[in-house]
Amino acid sequence: MSTSTLDGVGHGASGTNYLNAKKGLMSWLFTIDHKRIGVMYLATVLTFFLAGGLFALAIRTELATPAGDIFSAAVYNKLFTLHGAIMVFLVLVPAIPATLGNFLLPLQLGTIDVAFPKLNLLSFHIYVFGSLFLLYTLVTGGVDTGWTFYTPYSSSSADGNVVAALTGAFILGFSSILTGLNFIVTVHKMRAPGVTWLRMPLFVWAIYATSVIQVLATPVIAITLFLLIFEKIVGIGIFDPALGGDPVLFQHFFWFYSHPVVYVMVLPAFGVMSETITVHSRKHIFGYTAIAASSVAIAAVGFIIWGHHMFVSGQSELSGTVFSLLTFAVAIPTAIKLCSWIATLYKGSIQWNTPMLYSLGFLWIFAIGGLTGLFLATLATDVHLHDTYFVVAHFHYVMMGGVLFALVAGMHHWWPKITGKMYNDTIGRVTFVLSFIGYNLTFFPQFVAGSQGMPRRYHQYLPEFEMWNQLSTLGSYLFGLSLFIILGYLLQSLFSGKAAPRNPWGAASLEWRTQSPPVEHNFEGDVVCTYGPYDYEAHRALKS
Amino acid sequence: MSTAAGADHGHAHPWYQAHHFKNMEQQNAANKFGMWLFLVQELLFFAGLFMAYASMRFFYPGTWLEAAEQLDKVMGAVNTIVLLTSSLTMALGVRAAQLGNNGQVAAWCAATLAGAYGFLVIKYLEYSHKIHVGLLPGKWFDFKELTQTNTDAPQLFFSVYFMMTGVHGLHVVIGIGVIFWIMLRALRKDFSPENYSAVENVGLYWHLVDLIWIFLFPLLYLVR
Repeated sequence: MSTSTLDGVGHGASGTNYLNAKKGLMSWLFTIDHKRIGVMYLATVLTFFLAGGLFALAIRTELATPAGDIFSAAVYNKLFTLHGAIMVFLVLVPAIPATLGNFLLPLQLGTIDVAFPKLNLLSFHIYVFGSLFLLYTLVTGGVDTGWTFYTPYSSSSADGNVVAALTGAFILGFSSILTGLNFIVTVHKMRAPGVTWLRMPLFVWAIYATSVIQVLATPVIAITLFLLIFEKIVGIGIFDPALGGDPVLFQHFFWFYSHPVVYVMVLPAFGVMSETITVHSRKHIFGYTAIAASSVAIAAVGFIIWGHHMFVSGQSELSGTVFSLLTFAVAIPTAIKLCSWIATLYKGSIQWNTPMLYSLGFLWIFAIGGLTGLFLATLATDVHLHDTYFVVAHFHYVMMGGVLFALVAGMHHWWPKITGKMYNDTIGRVTFVLSFIGYNLTFFPQFVAGSQGMPRRYHQYLPEFEMWNQLSTLGSYLFGLSLFIILGYLLQSLFSGKAAPRNPWGAASLEWRTQSPPVEHNFEGDVVCTYGPYDYEAHRALKS
Repeated sequence: MSTAAGADHGHAHPWYQAHHFKNMEQQNAANKFGMWLFLVQELLFFAGLFMAYASMRFFYPGTWLEAAEQLDKVMGAVNTIVLLTSSLTMALGVRAAQLGNNGQVAAWCAATLAGAYGFLVIKYLEYSHKIHVGLLPGKWFDFKELTQTNTDAPQLFFSVYFMMTGVHGLHVVIGIGVIFWIMLRALRKDFSPENYSAVENVGLYWHLVDLIWIFLFPLLYLVR
């Protein structure tokens, strides 16, 4: 085997790396190493995911029977609010960009660190600081506004510590903005020699498009939450009809951020797919330029379609029609991506390993999530489906299923690089089957119940929906179990996993050039890039 | 794609160059680009306030005409001049930093700080008058001559006024902090023709604060 240091099986976890270069808790909490910051984000995000997930299981347990028998309606309202707020603000927004993005962006660009390492650490500290406000809300009785904080309910009659929750979300926004800013500058100014724009991995393109949304959309939710905090404390009345203000203006402000933010969640997931699918089918990505451009197109079009959340809010029919049309338009770049991945698989040498299985699972889940979005983008059907479980199922398929399956695929794909250990792939594949069945069993029945008219956000429901809800509850337990198994075998690999080689998958992008786990400054020397991230032939030619 | 040997760059960095940058050119370009992106997000942050202004003005055009008369145009105009002048002194400070003249940087920063404090003093006088007569935001509004009988929702004009000028004022206060920091660094002789991007970035920030006011003044005080 003619391996060199380029693809050496040796050079695993031997010697120093970023994990053992410095010791002690403080060397982690105040590190400016993007890799360590990424790992800390991952641990924190997963902790909050556990909290949000337990709320979800509580909700599903209540809904196992039609009667509202476990929680009172008031407690149930707080459960779904906390579930939504934690999952959106603390989990899904940073889920991939702040974790895998932080870890991989400088590595994939062949550079030492992000452009502003201290700012990167500050983002993490702001994130933790903001999360404390949400935790404070949690322990002081929760909040029952729904994660959307709609006025005038949130400003005048909501139960709970709304100001603390709003302040938390406000602060978390700055973490997101600063991360986005940092990544944009990194992509523009920090690329290694030879890493041209069209030699950047598609994950980088996706993170780049995500960052643009973070910088442009997040400040709008910041000022919105700021105004709402003043509405609540001072009574300024801009969103309060009793004082002449306009609650629909709040909805416009809110969705101007909160629609693009679903692309903050899912674009990085697309980025992960563009890496895992090509590497694990041993084939150059199909339509590199189209996938890269469609990331940017989704980011751009995503800004002008927020009104589809407000078809029944009383906005004009003309606005509704225009927003409907624009929403359909965003399906085009999304379909370009989906079709390109499938074309990549065509005649590829598909490896049925864990990251690939989760990637294929993503394609299934995201196709369902995306296609059901078209029903909701259509004005006439949306009037019927609005605020039903059809919507709940749709956004869980895209936001939660899409992001989570991509995150799990990405974690398995880069786990050897991040930790220097190989996990047990057999258990991984078996668990995939469980999680895929559990996931679809949870959310597919909700489409049916929703289309038959079951409304969301109620703790009791009519008896005819019982079967669908029981299937869904059963699925949620299976899915929850599968996630614990994943956590278990990944953690176990840290202690008894085999040492990972530099490049276990034979990938051609730059992060696999360095040892696993990488040295503190990423690469053993200066990086010069001479071929693209999916050019497996050039990669093999260089090796031999 | 290959990794060449030799992790050491073989030459010493100046103290102000961060290790992860190859040279000062790259560092300065990154700093400046980062600042422009920060200014973009500032614009989007204020955009929400401008949008609230536009909506409320659209709903209550008559109110806007009546209520705007209660603002003190003279004080607003003086403040505009004060702030524009401070932008000039800041720009001169940046010029001094580019030439490596730290003493002048500190002096121009002091002049800019004087302008910033002057702006806040005048704003304080305006605010205290408004608060005194009851021209207050939202539910606190209590001004007899401008009640619901002759205008709709006059309280909303003052909600928008206080939120817009308040958030702007907060940015002035933050500006004072960072300009003061630059002044201290200049007194420590930190800046040179190769290392002045901190001064330039603070200058850019201060110009944005100025620019926002350039829009606030006519929209709130003057537009009929």
